[in-house]
Amino acid sequence: MNLMEKRFLDELRTVVDGRGLISSTEDLHTYECDGLTNFRVMPQAVLLPSNTEQVQAIVRLCHRERVPFVARGSGTGLSGGALPVENGIVISLARMNRILEVDLPNARVIVEPGVINLDVTGRVQPHQYFYAPDPSSQSVCSIGGNVAENSGGAHCLKYGFTTTHVLGLEVVLPDGSLVHLGGKSLDLPGYDLMGVFVGSEGTLGIATKVTLRIVKRPECIRTLLAAFPGTNEAGAAVSDIIAAGMLPAAIEMMDNLAIQAAEAAVHPNYPDCGGLLLVELDGPVAEVEALMRDVDEICRKNGAWEVRLAQTDTERMLVWKGRKAAFAAMGRISPNYIVQDGVIPRTALPQVMSEIARLSEETGLRVANVFHAGDGNLHPLVLYDRRIAGQEQAAESLSYRILELCLEAGGSITGEHGVGEEKKRMMPKMFSEPDLDTMQRVRCAFDPLQLSNPTKVFPTPRLCGEKPGEYVAHPLETSGIAERY
Amino acid sequence: MLKTSTFEENLRVVVGPRNLRAASAGDAVSGALPQFVAEPDDEKQLAAALSLANGAGIAVVPRGGATKLDWGNPPEKAELILSTAQLSRIVEHAWADLTVTVEAGCTLQRLQETLAQHGQRLAFDGLWPKHATIGGVLSTNDSGALRLRFGALRDLIIGVTIALPDGTLASSGGKVVKNVAGYDLPKLVTGAFGTLGVITRAVFRLHPLPRAAKTFSFTAATFQAMQQHIVAIQDSQLAHTSLQIRCAAGELPAADILFEATDSGLAAQESQLRKLLGSTQVELSPESFWGARQNLWDSPTNAALLAKISLLPTDIAKTLDSLNSIGETRKINWHIVLQATGIGMLRLEAEPVLLSEATEQLRREVQSRGGALVVLRCPSELHSFDAWGDAGDSVSLMRAVKHQLDPKNTLNPGRFVGGI
Repeated sequence: MNLMEKRFLDELRTVVDGRGLISSTEDLHTYECDGLTNFRVMPQAVLLPSNTEQVQAIVRLCHRERVPFVARGSGTGLSGGALPVENGIVISLARMNRILEVDLPNARVIVEPGVINLDVTGRVQPHQYFYAPDPSSQSVCSIGGNVAENSGGAHCLKYGFTTTHVLGLEVVLPDGSLVHLGGKSLDLPGYDLMGVFVGSEGTLGIATKVTLRIVKRPECIRTLLAAFPGTNEAGAAVSDIIAAGMLPAAIEMMDNLAIQAAEAAVHPNYPDCGGLLLVELDGPVAEVEALMRDVDEICRKNGAWEVRLAQTDTERMLVWKGRKAAFAAMGRISPNYIVQDGVIPRTALPQVMSEIARLSEETGLRVANVFHAGDGNLHPLVLYDRRIAGQEQAAESLSYRILELCLEAGGSITGEHGVGEEKKRMMPKMFSEPDLDTMQRVRCAFDPLQLSNPTKVFPTPRLCGEKPGEYVAHPLETSGIAERY
Repeated sequence: MLKTSTFEENLRVVVGPRNLRAASAGDAVSGALPQFVAEPDDEKQLAAALSLANGAGIAVVPRGGATKLDWGNPPEKAELILSTAQLSRIVEHAWADLTVTVEAGCTLQRLQETLAQHGQRLAFDGLWPKHATIGGVLSTNDSGALRLRFGALRDLIIGVTIALPDGTLASSGGKVVKNVAGYDLPKLVTGAFGTLGVITRAVFRLHPLPRAAKTFSFTAATFQAMQQHIVAIQDSQLAHTSLQIRCAAGELPAADILFEATDSGLAAQESQLRKLLGSTQVELSPESFWGARQNLWDSPTNAALLAKISLLPTDIAKTLDSLNSIGETRKINWHIVLQATGIGMLRLEAEPVLLSEATEQLRREVQSRGGALVVLRCPSELHSFDAWGDAGDSVSLMRAVKHQLDPKNTLNPGRFVGGI
């Protein structure tokens, strides 16, 4: 370690207490990747601040020394958002895990970023409230991470995403200064910079306090399970449900491979079928019961050969257990897998699924499909065996090809996992040069020195020194001495 | 290279002579009279016109239906009105996907009529729907009673295309509801009052039209009692769509609640509501009660000040008390329509000097509780009254964003927060 690095580490050490700085190689390995384990970079150090002032002090030092930093929550992200940057440090928010204020009459909760998603619901549950965004990792993922990725979950069809439920942020900007975006009240004057920050994947600064909206639990929740011959029939049922003017709380679809895996892992006792639909309605009892009868009819009309209604909380939890365990369950039927996160318009499901099936056959790699059918978010799980030469590469190629399919169908490369490191290369396929340039201009306003998670999201960084606006010729050009190519 | 040399001549080449005219008195923006009005055919032409103006140092005011053109502070300069009147297409209603792509100059009413053909709607009830355009409602972040259940426009927009002053046409978001690729620029331009770019098209997520709907109303003897009712309803498991309070000087507060459901669902909700409110009389009301917010604007407004107020539900009673007290001591006539979201529309009437002091006082009180009071319209004598109030500690960041996207301050200069 050279003299500058040591001096810098010593300064960082004075900001946090003894346990707040990790610099030994063995310990640093824990932080070299997040949930996307095939990308690994060793950080120079990991800092674990306890409060906003410490975060500011760390960031100020980084700003002074031009050291890049990556904020990290629980490290469960699936796109490499918390992957360390070369020669940079990681700032873990795990110790900032207090729930600061619970304001039930106004349905607001203020938390530190390290608070676990499910713990927010846990705190307000006794009063019949819950925190709506429910990613499958919600028992381990952090609110700060949710803010960075604009996390969704199965119920965002009805309830919206993290950005719908964040009302205010305290943010440490990449120069160490502190700003407050939004607040407890709605529509405070100015630009919706909070709306830009949510989902910016840690590239605009670090959130140190988050004001969340909580929602009253509906009077009743009913979940229906329907077994179809295939995903096309299930998809047609979904379209009919939408056409009937219904907006369920969640609609999930699984194909046969996904069902097999879930059954092997957690035994939810799913019917063995080509396409399984999970439809959840919530609201007042009379309303839900009336609409559920309609859903049942629509499913049968579209070829469902079995329809089950989960009535109790236990039955409901078991139904969801299978769906939520789907990714992890892949381990039962395959040594390795790559999960993708593309989005397609719902109506494009049959053609995309048939193309995925064709590609699967062509490459010889199985693809299990779990699908947030309500909003078109597809999670194809490309199954492979790393021990077989060339399979990992083939699986990666196939997963990117599937994302291209999603774009061709008019969708998106990511519905909830974020771009991070993994999908940077796909950004120019989804957005044009001017689109990406405009986003990067906004980034320059927050982070002109490009220190905050700098290598993520955009494939080619934009120099913030570049003057935005129309081209101004250099005097050498106007005088005719030089030409620009 | 254009042979002509003046801005006007160049602009005529870009948009075509049919689409350019001299401005008249009716085109004034808060007292500032522009020189030209351009109505480009499409978004490419609009972007080119904007770029031309930017290059020539001309100040531009984007305009949709001109219903809210005088909201915000008066512009420092206003030389070109850039109208979206011809950008009015509904590009695609993907009803099976519950999304619609629409150009910025389309009126709210025409959009809703088209969506209704497939039993859908943009779950947003804005002011002046017959004339207000998509670009305008987005830029001003208008919101009404439907916001309680469906969220604000920021929660309904999933994609946007904007023309930047340097001529760039930039898109962000997409055509699918679930999308986290890239920055959420649709949120950035929502409520930005046209100061960062001109919105040329937007993509929205839609909702089904309700099968049936009913409105009920009730009153309370005191502001505190009304607040308790509102908080109790919000804390219940009723699945109401909207909840608003109407009150005026010398009147008891009244509230309206909207249920949208199946017929059996409606019956159950009504019964639950009556049970919750106990001895309070609950009456069935006509749908027209939801026009209360619009009504505040429709009576003659020359002597009136209209403001958007934002507060927490638990500050409703305190705020109504303040209004009442200010009204009595300063002889101000006041009306308020306040949604359970905490967003309200306030109308004050009095002599201009009294209005100015009263508004300042009310703003200070609301701000001290973390809320906001934004003046949308005021008598011409009060044009120097700052529309926005305290904008917090992120104003320099806002200026930095403005500088990145509109470095020459071409768009609506001086109209926004912090002199932006």
